[in-house]
Amino acid sequence: MTSLTQPFLTVDALHKSFVLHGQGGMTLEVMRGLSFSLLPGECLVLAGPSGIGKSSLLKMLHGSYRVTGGRLRLHFDGDGEEDGELELADLPAHAWHSLRRDVIGYVSQFLRVVPRVPAVEVVMEPLLACGVEPDEARERAETMLARLNLPPRLWSLPPGTFSGGEQQRVNIARGFIAEHPLLLLDEPTASLDAANREVVVGLIEEAKARGAALLGIFHDEDVRERVADRLLPLEAHMGAVLEAAESPSEEIR
Amino acid sequence: MKCPELQRPALLEARGVSRLYGPGKGCEAIDFTLHRGEVLGIVGESGSGKSTLLRVLSGLERPDTGQVAYRSTVAQGHDGAGHEGELDLYALGEARRRALLRMEWGLVHQNPRDGLRLGVSAGANIGERLMALGERHYGQLRAAGQDWMGRVELDPKRIDDAPKTFSGGMQQRLQIARTLVTRPNLVFMDEPTGGLDVSVQARLLDMLRTLVRELGLSVILVTHDLAVARLLAHRLMVMRRGQVVESGLTDQILDDPQHAYTQLLVSSVLTP
Repeated sequence: MTSLTQPFLTVDALHKSFVLHGQGGMTLEVMRGLSFSLLPGECLVLAGPSGIGKSSLLKMLHGSYRVTGGRLRLHFDGDGEEDGELELADLPAHAWHSLRRDVIGYVSQFLRVVPRVPAVEVVMEPLLACGVEPDEARERAETMLARLNLPPRLWSLPPGTFSGGEQQRVNIARGFIAEHPLLLLDEPTASLDAANREVVVGLIEEAKARGAALLGIFHDEDVRERVADRLLPLEAHMGAVLEAAESPSEEIR
Repeated sequence: MKCPELQRPALLEARGVSRLYGPGKGCEAIDFTLHRGEVLGIVGESGSGKSTLLRVLSGLERPDTGQVAYRSTVAQGHDGAGHEGELDLYALGEARRRALLRMEWGLVHQNPRDGLRLGVSAGANIGERLMALGERHYGQLRAAGQDWMGRVELDPKRIDDAPKTFSGGMQQRLQIARTLVTRPNLVFMDEPTGGLDVSVQARLLDMLRTLVRELGLSVILVTHDLAVARLLAHRLMVMRRGQVVESGLTDQILDDPQHAYTQLLVSSVLTP
C-alpha cells in the first residue's frame, strides 16, 4: 500500500439502473450520485434497509453488474511513468480474471459450486488459482475450516447437503483464504451462531491489520458496531424511480 | 501494492467471420478475441449458429468471409515445420491446418461416438493422437493410456476394453482423455455434458475445471445449458439468429443481462 492516508478505492457519482425489456423497456434506477472512498485497513459498512442497493454496489465493484454511470477506481502503487490508477467501470472482461484472482475478493450470500466437489477443495480453489502448491493449499484450507468450527468429518463432503450456516462458513473460508487487498462482504454473518460470528469478526480484524480494505453489509448490529470504522448511508442515493420507456423495446419472438 | 498484470496474450481471434447457409442460418459477422487461459462459453438456443461458429473456429468449415487468426507459440512441429506468431487458419494449406488440429488443438464432440473409435480398445483410443505426434514406444503409450484413464476417473483396468462396452458418460470421459493426452493449447467443446445424467454431468464439470486449471487450457465451449456455462466459463457470448447479441463476464451476462434476448433467456431458466 502506498500510505495509510491514500485511499485504495474511490467511487465518484456512481449510477446504476436496469432496463427491463420484458416489462416494456421499463427503467429501474437503483442508485444515483454515490461517491465515497475507502482506505487500506478500513472497514466501511453499507447502511440502510433492504432493497436500497447495498448488494448492487458490491456486485458493481466485483464486476458482476455493469456500471451505468460514474467512476470506480482502484489506486495501486505507481511506477514512475504510470500513476497506478485503474478504472473499473470500463475494464475489458478478460482483465477481471486476474483482478478477481489477485485483488478483489467477494463473500456472497450464497455458496455456488460444482455439485460434487468436497468442501475443503472449494476452499482451496482460490489458492490453487494463485499457484499455491496443493499440499499447502489443503493445509491452509483445513486450518481455516477448523477455525470456523466446521467439523472435520464434513471437510471431504460436498457442501450441497450442508446446513445454511455450514455452507456460509465454507463460503467465508473461501472468501478470506486468499487474503485479497479488497474484500466485499455480503452479509457474511447472516446465518451464523454467536461463536462463529466471533470468528468472522476476528477474520475481519486480521484483514484490516494486514492493510486490506473492506466493504461490507452486516445486518447484525453487534457485529456492525465492532467491525465498522465508518458507516456509509445509502438512503440519499436511492433511485427506485420507475420510468416508462420512451419507445417500446424490440419485441422478442 | 502494484497493479497485477491484467492483459493476457490473445490466442485466437475471429475477425468478421460469416458462414451462412441461408438468411439467419449459420453465423454472421462474428468478432471476438480469446485470451490465453480463458474458458469462453458460446450460449444460445438450438439453431442460433453456435455449432456452425465452432466448426468454423476449429478449422472444420471454411467461412464465407472473415478470418480466424491463431497465435501459435510452438516454434517447431514434429514434422520440422516451424511456425510462430500469427497464423491465418484458412490461408494455411490443408495439411498444415490438419497438423495444427492434431498437435496444438483438441476437439470434443457432443456425441462421444463421433470422437472415438468404438471398435478399438480404450488404450488405443488414447494413444492414437500421441502416435500421430510420433510416439511409438508401446510401454509409454500404454502408461499414458492408464494415466489418463485415471485422470478422467475411468478404471485403468479397462484399458483393453472397447469403448462400445462403456456407458455414455464413460465414453465422454474417454473422449476427453483422448483429446487432452497431447496437451493441446486450445480445446473446442460442443455440448460436452449434453445427453448425460446430471450425476455424471457434475463429475465431468468438476474434472474439466480441474484440467483447465492444471493444464492452463484455453477452451471454447458451446452449450445451451446456462448452469453449465456458469460453472465452467469465464466469459460468455450470447448468440441469436447467427449473431452475437451480447458478450461479457459470465456473471455479468447471467446476473445483469443487457440485451432483451439475453434477459429472456436468463429469466426462462428453471432453477431447482
